[in-house]
Amino acid sequence: MEKFEIKEYKATRLGFGEGLRDAGKKYNNIVVIGSDISASVCVDLFAKEFPNRFFSLGIAEQNAITFACGLALTGKIPFVASYATFIVMRTLDQIRVSACYNKLNIKIGGAHSGISVGPDGATHQALEDIAVLRPLPNMVILSPADANQTYNCVFTAIEETNLPTYIRFGREPIPNFTDKNKKTSIGKSEVLLEGKHCCIIATGSMVWESLQAALLLKKEGIFCTVINMYSIKPLDTNIINEVISNIDYIVTVEEHQRIGGLGGAITEYISQYKPTKTLILGIPDVFGESGQPDELLEKYDLKSYKISQKIKSFLQKN
Amino acid sequence: MDKNFLIEKTYEIRRSILEMLAEAGSGHLGGSLDLVEIFTALYFYLLKHNPQNPRWEGRDYVILSIGHVAPVLYATLAHCNYFPINELKTLRKLGSRLQGHPCKESGLPGIEVSTGSLGQGLSIACGLALGLKLDNKKNKVVCICGDGELQEGSIWEAIMSASHYKLDNLYCIVDRNGVQIDGETSKVMELEPLQDKWQSFGWYVLSCNGNDIVNFINTFKEAEKITEKPKVIIAFTKMGKGIKSIEGDYRWHAKVPSKVQLESFLKELSEYYGKI
Repeated sequence: MEKFEIKEYKATRLGFGEGLRDAGKKYNNIVVIGSDISASVCVDLFAKEFPNRFFSLGIAEQNAITFACGLALTGKIPFVASYATFIVMRTLDQIRVSACYNKLNIKIGGAHSGISVGPDGATHQALEDIAVLRPLPNMVILSPADANQTYNCVFTAIEETNLPTYIRFGREPIPNFTDKNKKTSIGKSEVLLEGKHCCIIATGSMVWESLQAALLLKKEGIFCTVINMYSIKPLDTNIINEVISNIDYIVTVEEHQRIGGLGGAITEYISQYKPTKTLILGIPDVFGESGQPDELLEKYDLKSYKISQKIKSFLQKN
Repeated sequence: MDKNFLIEKTYEIRRSILEMLAEAGSGHLGGSLDLVEIFTALYFYLLKHNPQNPRWEGRDYVILSIGHVAPVLYATLAHCNYFPINELKTLRKLGSRLQGHPCKESGLPGIEVSTGSLGQGLSIACGLALGLKLDNKKNKVVCICGDGELQEGSIWEAIMSASHYKLDNLYCIVDRNGVQIDGETSKVMELEPLQDKWQSFGWYVLSCNGNDIVNFINTFKEAEKITEKPKVIIAFTKMGKGIKSIEGDYRWHAKVPSKVQLESFLKELSEYYGKI
C-alpha cells in the first residue's frame, strides 16, 4: 500500500507541458501551435525553449487543427493544445475529415477536462470530449491518471503511433502517484489493486479517487480490483477479458458524462462477450456548474468516499 | 507556351468530365467544367510535378479545398498519366479509388489530401506552406477554393494566419463563378467587396478570367514574382463552361447529364471548340 503514497500534488496539464518540452529536445520535428491560452495549457514551456518551433494562431481552433494537418503533411509532428471543450468540440469536423480521414499525425492536447475545472463553470468543463472523439476511425485517445503519466503519454503518442492522438488532462493539482519511469503504451492499462468482489475501471483523475475508494471498501471486507484505463481507444481488451472471466461486477469511474465515455466503451465491449453487471459513475447527463473542484466532485459522487458508497450499494442491490 | 496544345487538353478533359459524370449518375458538373482551364494550366504548364513519382519531394502541391469538383482533378490527373484514363469510369462506384470527394487513403496517385468538407483546405495549405518554409524548401502550395466556400468562417481564420506568417509560397485560387447550390452567391450570402476583403487581410490580390487559359497563366506568373505575402487569384469563371445550354446556370452545380443528354452536351462541346 506504501506505493500509493502521495509524494506531491501536481496538475496533469503541467505533466503535459513538461513532457512536450522534453520531447521537443529529443525530436526536432515536433512543432507546437498556440491558441492564445499557452500558459494555461502549459505549452509555454515548449515555446520558451523552442521559440522557432512554436506558432501562435490566435483564438481560432478550427484553423489550428487543420493548419496542424498541413504541417503533418511535411513530416512535422504538430501538437495543438487548448481547452478540451474548444479544441475538440468546436473542431469536430476538422478532426474527423482533415485529421482522421487523412490519417495525419497530429497530436491534440485537451486541457481542463472534467468537472474539476471548477469555478469557470459548464462552458469550460469538458464532459463530452471522449464521447465525440471515440467513434472516429483512426483516432487514438489517451487519458492519463496523473502528471507523471501525462508526461509519459506525450512520448507514447509520439513514439507508438502516427495516427491522430488525443491526450486528455485536467486543470487542478492532483496526487502524482504513478512511477515516472514506467512507460505507458497504446491499448494498455495498469492493474493497481487486485480483489475478487468487484472491478473498478477508472480513467484520468478518477484513478486515484477509485484507488482510495477501494482501500475504504477493503476495510469493510469488500475486495476490489482497480484498473487504470489510460488508453480509452484502443481499450486494453486483454485485461477486460480477464476481468469478465473472473469478476461478476464492474464499476467504471470518469470525469465525463456517463453517456459515451469510458463506461460506454467498456459496456459496448463486454456486452458482446460476457454481459457483466456494470455501474457507470460520472456526470449524469447534465451540464456542469461553478463551484470549487472538491465541492463539484462531491456533488457528482466522484470523491473516494462517495464512490465507495455507490459501489457498496451497487453490490448490495445485486 | 503551346497555346493550341493546352486548349486541346482542355477539350479532352472536358469530354472526360462529361463522360465520367454521366456514367457515375451523380456528382458536380458545373464547377468541374469551369475549372478546366485552371487545372490544365497548373498541371500541363505551371507546376512542377511527376506523374511517374507522385510523391516526388520537389513537387508543387495542389490542395483542392472544394472537394466536390473532384471530377476536374481526376480527369486532369488521368490525362497527365497518373493513372489510366479508363479508370475515370469508376467514379463514385463501390471499390473505386475515385471517391465522390478526393480520398488520400484510396491510393489514387496524385491526391495530396482528402477534402470535401468545405472551409478546411486553405488551413491545410497554410500549414503545408509553413512546414515547407521551415525546411527551406521552394515548393509552391496551390489551394483551390470556391467562392461560396468563402462563407465558411474557418476560411477567414486561415486567411488571417497566412499573411501573419508571410506565406509567399502559398497561392489561393478562388473559383469566382458567382453561384452556389441555392443560387447566386450575392443572394445566398454576399461576398463583395471580395478583393478588398482579401487585401485588408494582408494578401496580394490578383484577378483574371479563369476561363482564358493564357490570361490565367500570365496572372499566375505575375503572382510568382510577389514575395512576403500570400497571393490570391480571384478567377472569374462561368459555371458549366463549354456547354452553352447550361453556362452560368446554378442548377447545374450538383447535377449530371443523363446518358441521352450526354450526346447533346458532347455535341455542344465540339461546337464550342469549333470542331464541327
